[in-house]
Amino acid sequence: MTLEIDRITKSFDGDAAVLNEVSLTVKDGEFLALLGPSGSGKTTLLNLIAGLTKPDGGTLRLDGDDITTRPAGARRFGMVFQSYALFRHMTVADNIGFGLRVLKGKDRPTKPARRARVAELLDLIEMPDLGDRYPAQLSGGQQQRVAMARALAISPRLLLLDEPFSALDAQVRRNLRGSVRDLQQKVGVTAILVTHDQAEAFEIADRVAVMNGGIIEQVGTPADLAERPSSDFVRDFIGAA
Amino acid sequence: MRRTVLIALAILFAAIVIVLPVAAIFTRAFAEGLSVWAAAVTEPETVAAIRLTILTALIVLPVNIVFGLCAAWAIARYRFPGRRALLVLIEVPFAISPIVAGLCFLLIYGAYGPVGAALQPYGIQLMFNLIGIVLVSLFVTCPFVVREVLPVLSVTGEDEERAALTLGANGWQIFRFVTFPNITWALVYGAILATARAIGEFGAVSVVSGAIRGQTMTLPLQIELLYNDYNTTGAFAAATVLALLALLTLVLRGIISYFHPARGATA
Repeated sequence: MTLEIDRITKSFDGDAAVLNEVSLTVKDGEFLALLGPSGSGKTTLLNLIAGLTKPDGGTLRLDGDDITTRPAGARRFGMVFQSYALFRHMTVADNIGFGLRVLKGKDRPTKPARRARVAELLDLIEMPDLGDRYPAQLSGGQQQRVAMARALAISPRLLLLDEPFSALDAQVRRNLRGSVRDLQQKVGVTAILVTHDQAEAFEIADRVAVMNGGIIEQVGTPADLAERPSSDFVRDFIGAA
Repeated sequence: MRRTVLIALAILFAAIVIVLPVAAIFTRAFAEGLSVWAAAVTEPETVAAIRLTILTALIVLPVNIVFGLCAAWAIARYRFPGRRALLVLIEVPFAISPIVAGLCFLLIYGAYGPVGAALQPYGIQLMFNLIGIVLVSLFVTCPFVVREVLPVLSVTGEDEERAALTLGANGWQIFRFVTFPNITWALVYGAILATARAIGEFGAVSVVSGAIRGQTMTLPLQIELLYNDYNTTGAFAAATVLALLALLTLVLRGIISYFHPARGATA
């Protein structure tokens, strides 16, 4: 799926714009990172793409379809939250199967079909025996993978990752970067990652969009950005990290 | 040493203030034997009072749950003008003396009050009957559910609900599968506290009940009436029933705490 972000603008309560005419195209199957310091608007942009926030102006198109006003639930975008936001009173298996369970009418797979799909995803995240656990009984890294599986269960048209590594310690973080990238490749889904960590963005993403003060400073492959930074900000931000 | 003194003081205080008076009710009520107690409790007026009290509690309970959930949800999830005012307003019943509350209701909804007078031509009377008793009971009990549910709702946060939203759940599914399981226990606690309060309320109810024997006397009012009639045995017998109803809610609360799952801490 190709996502076109066309001159998206957003401000909160009449303050200065959080996003100022942001335009960006995320190509089919690509892993794109939105990189920037806090307050640069990257999380707001991700929430807009997810449908959790409404833009003041501009258009979002998915494979040419205008989805700007489509409600979050109808977009079928899988999202991994910074806190993972796992359902604490549900088992791992119920968490992963949630998106299938709430489907309406004939779209909802039968119970055995749902169970099979959950088992498939548990295998994918290499936790085949932990379906009966509760989120609180898992390590941070396991919770993050469950959150990934839950987002992938709905066969998302787009995978959105909001700082998915920030709650993990350095060692686990490095290991999981590779596994997130692998999962995305295996499933073949277009993915957008929000991060403030340059090393993370460069390791995972095909292309990186550097954001600052509500605009995109530069978009390019990690090599492009490192070799030909288009502004002092990009050079400093990439160099400093 | 200091520890022993502290514990002894706490026990002594509880004994003087709580255990002795409650024990005294039961000793006095059963002093003349079980049959006398049974006769007093099955006195038609007392039975009517018990029935009215339970009926009131049963009406007040669901209203409290629905209102408490809505108010807690609105305050926890939305930013709107008057939100802080609503938060304070909900606590007003805690601060106002119940008898004052009863008088306020009489002033507004009584036959000479603006609302009461407007409804009178249609033959609708709000005070000195079940409606009045239910109204003031709602007033005194409305903070309980909100106060229990609101902190839990605030702590559990919106992230789980947002996650459910992106996974395609509709509003009802989010509430049913995600929010409600997180607040069930708080809701039950709040409901039990509110019920205990509704059963025992005296001041506010005494103003609006009209004290019609066998008709608008709740159990607390009936106890006072019997006592003032020098029917000490009857008063204490009725008091045991009220105390038992209250203890029953406490036992319920205890049972529920026992089964309260501490996810992840156990298994």
